[in-house]
Amino acid sequence: MFLPGNTPNMLINGDTLGADTIIFDLEDAVSPDEKDAARILVRNALKYQSYAQCEVVVRINPTETGFWKEDLEAVIPLKPDMIMPTKVSGGQMIREISDYIGQVEEKQGISQGTVKILPLIETALGVEKAFDIASADPRVAGLFLGGEDLTADLHCKRTKEGQEIFYARTRLVCAARACGIEAYDTPFTDVEDMEGLRKDTEFAKSLGFAGKAVISPRHVDIVNEVFSPTEAEIEYAHDVMEAIEEGKRQGKGVISLRGKMIDAPIVKRAMQVLEMEKAIYGGGCR
Amino acid sequence: MKILKNAVAGTLESSDLFIQVEPDDTELILEINSIVANQYMDAIRGAVLDTLKEFNVSTGKIFIQDKGALDCVIRARMETALKRGGIVKE
Amino acid sequence: MSKLIGTIREAIEKAGLKDGMAISFHHHMRNGDYVLNMVLEEAAAMGIRDLTINASSIFDIHEPLIEHIKNGVVTQIECNYMGGKVGKAISQGIMEKPVIFRTHGGRAGDMERGASKIDIAFLAAPCADPMGNLSGKYGPSACGSLGYAFSDAMYAKKVVAVTDYLVPYPLRDVSIEEGYVDYVVQVPQIGDPARIVSGTTKITRDPVGLRIAGLAAQVVKHSGYLTNGFSFQTGAGGASLAVAKYVEEMMEQDHIKGSFCMGGITGYMVDMANKGFFDTILDVQCFDLKAIESIRENPKHREISAMRYASPAAKSAAVDSLDVVILGATQVDLDFNVNVHTDSNGYIMGGSGGHSDTAAGSKLAIIVAPLIRARLPLIVDQVLCKSTPGETVDVIVTQRGIAVNPRQNDLKEKLIKAGLPVRDIRELKNMAEEIAGVPRSVKMGERVVAKVLYRDGTVLDTIHNVMPG
Repeated sequence: MFLPGNTPNMLINGDTLGADTIIFDLEDAVSPDEKDAARILVRNALKYQSYAQCEVVVRINPTETGFWKEDLEAVIPLKPDMIMPTKVSGGQMIREISDYIGQVEEKQGISQGTVKILPLIETALGVEKAFDIASADPRVAGLFLGGEDLTADLHCKRTKEGQEIFYARTRLVCAARACGIEAYDTPFTDVEDMEGLRKDTEFAKSLGFAGKAVISPRHVDIVNEVFSPTEAEIEYAHDVMEAIEEGKRQGKGVISLRGKMIDAPIVKRAMQVLEMEKAIYGGGCR
Repeated sequence: MKILKNAVAGTLESSDLFIQVEPDDTELILEINSIVANQYMDAIRGAVLDTLKEFNVSTGKIFIQDKGALDCVIRARMETALKRGGIVKE
Repeated sequence: MSKLIGTIREAIEKAGLKDGMAISFHHHMRNGDYVLNMVLEEAAAMGIRDLTINASSIFDIHEPLIEHIKNGVVTQIECNYMGGKVGKAISQGIMEKPVIFRTHGGRAGDMERGASKIDIAFLAAPCADPMGNLSGKYGPSACGSLGYAFSDAMYAKKVVAVTDYLVPYPLRDVSIEEGYVDYVVQVPQIGDPARIVSGTTKITRDPVGLRIAGLAAQVVKHSGYLTNGFSFQTGAGGASLAVAKYVEEMMEQDHIKGSFCMGGITGYMVDMANKGFFDTILDVQCFDLKAIESIRENPKHREISAMRYASPAAKSAAVDSLDVVILGATQVDLDFNVNVHTDSNGYIMGGSGGHSDTAAGSKLAIIVAPLIRARLPLIVDQVLCKSTPGETVDVIVTQRGIAVNPRQNDLKEKLIKAGLPVRDIRELKNMAEEIAGVPRSVKMGERVVAKVLYRDGTVLDTIHNVMPG
């Protein structure tokens, strides 16, 4: 969930809003003459508040502004999980940011590579270079689609149906998966339309996205629900793993469950479900 | 260090505070108004004095209107105000 | 025979107002009420002193009361709610006799059983006919329900209706009947209808408020009460309304049809009923103009008196049939006692209203409040004023967790099983203090400035003066 970086009440309560990951925004949500204040405030929030239950991402200012290095100097010492650079249009930009993060890490005695990067891709060039970005640096932990800026760049209208970002979505997922990292979908911007949100989220999940950003806590529950495995899925995953164990004990080569052969993709899927189960019920923000 | 120019930081929103700093060559004038003065004045004053010490500031005028900010917010707004007032960390 | 009288002054004279009497008012005009001020100004000008004011609520518009207290015109106040302006003056100790706080049900009940005697009731009437048939639904100052005025009309020795909209006899749709009313006075304006609306009738946009509301709705869902026939009350605060919104979504999803919603009614509850989520609206007071329009037009939308709403002296009251109520709090203590009378510094700025009535009557009373509000932790060792006893409070919902009253162990198990973040109330308190620091406790003065009566008339707590500092 995106939270404005210069609003104390949001920083203090960010971890209570139900999102798995909170994104402290130093960019769009902060006016140019408050950049200094927001940077210090976010740094202090990271320093004094416990966000143990959540992943924390800091969205920094674009590299064409003078602010981004100061942003990194302020927050890297507090080891947020990830940094989100904006308007990423190629691998070179990622390497530049990664280098600078590395310098700050070194100065602070933090082991190299601690802080990951979650690039926000929100330009046509960024979409076309998605693989280049995803593979640019080992810090890149995922790709993040920004639909609003992207449609502006594409000279098209952002719609609820999202036909106009279909290509970008699939391209991003493919690039991310090709590099073994996650892809996260753009937020649904109508706070009132729960049915639209559910449809949009289900669609994103069906394309392979691992999660979706939200701009309102009212959206958290539906997004969590859609991306969480159902009880039946969890049960099936447990059964799959048990069948495999059982098969091993009996020395069987081919294992079947409920009349269907269990092949490698089914096992992989089961393991993903169990991992999600652990993340959701074994702690996390919920 | 001395505060070189007038500066402000923060807001009057709930959980925030508004700080004005002004130069003064001879003494430290600290005026704090808080909606939680009864419960937290010592902590607020402590956070403010701590930040002044951290930046080695011993004189200046500082006016604070606190709307129930946590210590980490007070420290952040103090630091912002001091930096805007021309203080650099040594 | 005519009951019509030209001026407030004549009405005061005819009704026989004398030093030391008790006069009553209702608060349906809320912060737009002119009647209380008009009557007191006239009484003061006539040299009358030592009055007891029994008003269902005192709002900031009644600030002139402070002068009347200082001048000895008013020497006692009884009410169910008192806004911050007069409240602050009372807390500073301007009045000799303590304020008597009751609940909405308790006030009606005390009048009913004669424990609270009214000499003259001055009833703001948005619409009246010359024989004193009254309604709140019509006229330029329409306020909707006149729920809190019924007991005054029935039990005061004399009843003066004050109206700015006189219609020919007979007023067709009557709330308070002529048989109770002695005099009718026409004045240019009884109030400002725009200020009937309290500022809090919109759903909150605050993410923390929404989060709390979402959790509270989950509590409602998993409590087991959200089934066909469900009855529900929620206040007008932004977070309370958000709970209604979430509950509505759940009712829609699970095709649940409720029986009634109640309380102070907002346009929001009207919409829910119109969409078919509730059969009936039981309305003791209207919080906004949409509710006022609805009570006039909509046959599902019924006016109820404070007695029907919550009187403990009645053989039954609607609160006794209520499933779930959503309530607020400024402080909650480790025994689940709730303070809604004072702020954290001890200044009077509220009152029970229907808080303890609905908490006592409902099957499930849920308190929604942020765990920390402008640095101040919600949960304290001991509340500055016990407004609603902890025995009647079931669940506290904050953004950092849910505390369930130990008396409700089954409910606690249900909520844990549903995966909700149930915490011990002490754990929540510690959490808040870790974030905000431990607050220094506030020392109150020696003088009792208010007594809080429970709905059965017993003294629940006293409020002391705030020391100058």
